[in-house]
Amino acid sequence: MSLRTKSPKLTKVSTTVSRVIRNYQRDKDMLIQILLDLQSMFGWLSREVLTEVSEQLEVPITQVYQIASYYKAFSLMPRGRHIIKVCLGTACQVRGSPRLLDTISAMLNMKPHETSEDMRFTLETVNCLGCCAMGPVVVVDDVYHSKPSTPALKKIFETAK
Amino acid sequence: MGNQRLSSAKELEELRKEILSKRAPNKSVVTVCTGTACQTYGSLEIYRKFADEIKKQGLEGVVVEAKATGCHGFCEQGPVVVIFPQEICYVKVKLEDVPEIVSATLAQGRVIERLLYEDPVTGEKITKDPDIPFYKNQMRIVFGNNRYINPRYIDDYIALGGYSALSKALLKMTPEQVLEEIKKSNLRGRGGGGFPTGIKWETTKNASGEPKYVIVNCDEGDPGAYMNRSLMEGNPHAVLEGLVIGAYAIGSHEGFIYVRQEYPIAYENSIQAIKQAEEYGFLGKNILGSGFDFEVEVHRGAGAFVSGESTALMSAIEGKVGEPKLKYIHTAVSGINGNPSCLNNVETWANVPLIINKGAEWFNSIGTDGSKGTKIFSLVGKVNNTGLVEVPMGMTLRQLIYDIGGGIPNGKKFKAVQTGGPSGGVIPEQHLDTPIDFDELTKLGSMMGSGGTVVMDEDTCMVDTARYFISFCCEESCGKCIPGREGLRMLREILTDICEGKGQEGDIEAIEDIAKVMQDASLCALGTTAANPALTTLKYFRDEYEAHIKEKRCPAKACKALTSYYIDPEKCTACMICFKNCPTEAIHGGKGIIHWIEQEKCIKCNTCFEVCPPRFSAVRRISGEPLPPTPTPGTKVIREKKR
Repeated sequence: MSLRTKSPKLTKVSTTVSRVIRNYQRDKDMLIQILLDLQSMFGWLSREVLTEVSEQLEVPITQVYQIASYYKAFSLMPRGRHIIKVCLGTACQVRGSPRLLDTISAMLNMKPHETSEDMRFTLETVNCLGCCAMGPVVVVDDVYHSKPSTPALKKIFETAK
Repeated sequence: MGNQRLSSAKELEELRKEILSKRAPNKSVVTVCTGTACQTYGSLEIYRKFADEIKKQGLEGVVVEAKATGCHGFCEQGPVVVIFPQEICYVKVKLEDVPEIVSATLAQGRVIERLLYEDPVTGEKITKDPDIPFYKNQMRIVFGNNRYINPRYIDDYIALGGYSALSKALLKMTPEQVLEEIKKSNLRGRGGGGFPTGIKWETTKNASGEPKYVIVNCDEGDPGAYMNRSLMEGNPHAVLEGLVIGAYAIGSHEGFIYVRQEYPIAYENSIQAIKQAEEYGFLGKNILGSGFDFEVEVHRGAGAFVSGESTALMSAIEGKVGEPKLKYIHTAVSGINGNPSCLNNVETWANVPLIINKGAEWFNSIGTDGSKGTKIFSLVGKVNNTGLVEVPMGMTLRQLIYDIGGGIPNGKKFKAVQTGGPSGGVIPEQHLDTPIDFDELTKLGSMMGSGGTVVMDEDTCMVDTARYFISFCCEESCGKCIPGREGLRMLREILTDICEGKGQEGDIEAIEDIAKVMQDASLCALGTTAANPALTTLKYFRDEYEAHIKEKRCPAKACKALTSYYIDPEKCTACMICFKNCPTEAIHGGKGIIHWIEQEKCIKCNTCFEVCPPRFSAVRRISGEPLPPTPTPGTKVIREKKR
């Protein structure tokens, strides 16, 4: 798993990028869609990936960076092995999600939007996941947890190595 | 699947009859809601277990069928299972209940009492879902079909009469007649603006420039709103059918569905729906033999709230940064690549087939003078029945929150309802009898918006609510215009200061001044409305602002910097619950020893307050007054002997 967070070998990057671009018929209007696919394949967008996209799609690197830095879905930094998402949508907010975020922050000793040094966790916040009945909601590696207690959180984090 | 393309109304009718003839009339169908909320409660496993169990008990095939559907709306009670044709509704179903449901209800028609919904007021068990108050008071003309349809399977939609409106529009009506019908229906945009849909279509139709585009806006960014998601996930063909009809009326041959990246199921289901619609000839060349061609492409958003704004969304479709542009010319005239582009919200498109099939007159019979038809709301927050509800326009907020929503949980007092997302505002108790429609809510300083309805109780601080929305908009602001960028930053700073007890005389006036500039000078509608949450909270809850500023007190005891936690030594029974749950080990004491909170370590996460059993209620929140002394460490609990 940890391989993912290191930048893959350039050759591999090049072939992956070219495959994705071909899926979109090399259409420049599809730049966002191409970057979305690459983001989900690599987990983040490294300098190598962005340069490859720029060269192969023949779009200026400034434009690629503009897109990659503007939209929230893209990460320009490597992310941890386990992604924790705390929902801060209005419904969860009203039901106390900021306090839940504080609790998790204190437990893991990291701030929101940070990745732990050992690359174990990334703590993110999201705006509404559309399951407001369960709020406040925490998603750890795509598993949804409804109103987790402190001991429950401890258990979740302990099992995520 | 290799279905053949249909080329006439007759062939569609024959296909429908064929689909229906394969279904035995008395066949039991068990539908499992697999909307997002129910899925997170494990409904997919429940669905699979049903399929297995039906096979195991030898009921497979003609007698019994299991079906995974989109969201039914009653998220609070998930996972929801409904058995047809009897409409028996089971709530909060667990995996281990499945074998019994199959052997008792599906095989013998026997109802299992324990799984029925219990009316919290009367204590009565309710068997059929249309009789449950949550559903009974709704009017589910757009959203209601979700419960019958497997969204990945077009035949389910066709069986219910799907694509008959398309057939009627394309084969029996001229584009002008379709447009006229939509105009007469007085349908208004469901995305928030409330602009008359027919007029928007007409503008694009009459604009010069080819090709013309039609677009589905499924970039639902309002936090606390998921109506579009559930519709796109649960009934994608209804949206698609509406889109093709609109394209025909406008004279467009190319369309887009723009789906928020956070909604992967909506993305997958719309792609699947397009594929299946193409196979049957509802998309592509010569649709239903009418000579009309139309194609659709799906685009994913990349996570930017402002992308929901029409000009920004169109830039995003062009593959560019989604920043709004100044609308000298409307996008209906000059949108994607400078061509006329008609953008409507998911729910608006889904209303179109209904209007074509049932007529503008029928549509006009529902709703208020200015707002016709129904509206889907996501009713969330401090309300008993969280879920998606569809009601006729004109229902009052009170009916929505109390009759359908079942009121406020835990005997708390209602404080306000927030409508319209970050562009909307809060509405207090005294206006609860206001009918819900586009114009009435705007008069109160809020707006209907796309349908997010967040209920707040006495524990919600209104200043903090304003800070939350302003801070949301501040982070989501594209930064292009100064009023939007700097105005929001200033507002956030002032509101944060007030919440942290650093508010000063004059802050309220400063908020009002900045808000005025933003309303007058922002580039897009998101900027001009961004101050609404601050303005409405000020309008209705000015006293809360003043308490924060003058007395350094948060009346709702929600603002962390102004609130302290204290364990009442008289009430503490040293039960260890808060002790064990404290995330920072700020609670001291032990078994039989009265607990106390070390204030320096306390992060005010509210955990101790929530976990302290109500029969003790030993944890208190204190704001605006000095903290009582803590007991000497090691003080033992003196237990009274039970009699």
